[in-house]
Amino acid sequence: MSIVETQTLTRRFGALIAVHGLTIGVEAGEAFGLLGPNGAGKTTTIKMLTTLLPPTGGTARVAGYDIVREAADVRRVVGYVPQLISADGNLTGYENLLIFAKLYDLPRAGRETRVRDALAFMGLADAAGKLVRGYSGGMIRRLEIAQSMLHRPHVLFLDEPTVGLDPGARNAVWDHIERLRRDHGTTVILTTHLMEEADSLCSRVAIMHLGMVAAIGTPGTLKAQVGGSETTLDDVFMHYTGGGLSSGGSYRETSRARRVARRLG
Amino acid sequence: MRLHARDASPGGWVDGAPSTRTNPLRALVRFVEKTFVIAELEARKLRHDPTELITRAVQPILWLMVFGQVFTRVRAIPTGDVRYIDFITPGILAQSVVFIAIFYGISVIWERDLGILQKFLVSPAPRTALVLGKALSAGVRGLSQAVIVYILALLLGVQMNWHPLALAGVLLTVLLGATFFSTFSLIIACLVKSRERFMGIGQLMTMPLFFASNAIYPIAIMPAWLRVISHVNPLTYEVDALRALMLAGGSSTYSVGFDLGVLFAATTILITVAGSLYPRIAV
Repeated sequence: MSIVETQTLTRRFGALIAVHGLTIGVEAGEAFGLLGPNGAGKTTTIKMLTTLLPPTGGTARVAGYDIVREAADVRRVVGYVPQLISADGNLTGYENLLIFAKLYDLPRAGRETRVRDALAFMGLADAAGKLVRGYSGGMIRRLEIAQSMLHRPHVLFLDEPTVGLDPGARNAVWDHIERLRRDHGTTVILTTHLMEEADSLCSRVAIMHLGMVAAIGTPGTLKAQVGGSETTLDDVFMHYTGGGLSSGGSYRETSRARRVARRLG
Repeated sequence: MRLHARDASPGGWVDGAPSTRTNPLRALVRFVEKTFVIAELEARKLRHDPTELITRAVQPILWLMVFGQVFTRVRAIPTGDVRYIDFITPGILAQSVVFIAIFYGISVIWERDLGILQKFLVSPAPRTALVLGKALSAGVRGLSQAVIVYILALLLGVQMNWHPLALAGVLLTVLLGATFFSTFSLIIACLVKSRERFMGIGQLMTMPLFFASNAIYPIAIMPAWLRVISHVNPLTYEVDALRALMLAGGSSTYSVGFDLGVLFAATTILITVAGSLYPRIAV
């Protein structure tokens, strides 16, 4: 029984087919990675599953709800951390969470505790009263994850959660994602370019190329399929996406990614 | 087999937010609640950084102290038995509110570029509440302009109406006007989607809106074609209501009730349109 199921899910932008007949299932409690070069359709997939973007073909269910017909229900049970920075720099960390606690109808009685707990869980208790403008990149990401898990979502979508972070901050974010999954059974679906990230976090990965799934399985099986014991997930990635030198990444996408990297770094 | 929210609590941790399928009254309460959450968010940002309120004060000061005083002396514009400075004061308040509101859409494009907006759109809050909350916060900024205009009016000896009911009426009119024009601005933002294009269109609209209204001269002295335009310009009705409510012995051309009715109806339509367009900006 899959908590996220897609059935020939498709999204076109004019002549471009960003996601092309995607059919995957993600099990409850899994950490599932969507890998692929720029323009492979990872972000578009996540945008459809979080109801930000309507599909142009196919269907998908998240926690049992149809992403088109029951979009409002889907929104209640998912959490989302966009690739871009979504915390508001002109508010304190506490305020960022408080506003979302109110938007998600958390009962007034436990709201304060829930916000404080989430901040403590992400190691931000001391910085709670400071404006987010002054946070480091890793702190912003952790705050955003705290924000997205406040309402205790069934499925948490993370779009390139560690882009632009230094190795130390990246490890801290990985630890927190892993703890979230382990302690609370939250299903995590993340996109990444980093094979290391997929290898250490994900129970299963799907390698996307040109809007389609090129390979799917545990990091171990994928490595075994491609080569011997020395194979890394990087090799698997190159094997299925053909090196990716010529592929994807529009001007707009690239400038956004660099801007995020600059603001986080 | 379909998996439903209540079945899927692997760690016993999941609760999500309460279902959105409730009766209309609860839906309305939720709508109002969420609207105020968004307005609260904007108010908190203003509290952390109030510089904007101070820089915004410059424009009404220039219009009233310079333009208003000079043209009062020239007596070029026939305003009946009302002094020109009295005539223009409500007009300048309405105008400063429009100028704040009309560029409001750009903040939404900015938030989209930052990534803040997407997170709101993924939340279960009704989209119309997200729009109205934004628009109301433009109203809060508009009220700060009202304070400045009232102080200036005192300094310039404008005969103001200080009756609490009249003041409440001004407050309501400013909120409605700001809500209308900022929602209008949000709709444009949802259509053009980029800051550069928005700036161009914003510049293009403000002046015609301002000049094709009764803000700084009476409709009676306009050429016929301009009169027609000014009658479909909501700013005219905002100014008309303000003129009746702000000035001692002020009177309105169309009646305050009609003015507010027009603004309210126009705002309701725009909010509905904006609510359905809002998600497009994230694409």
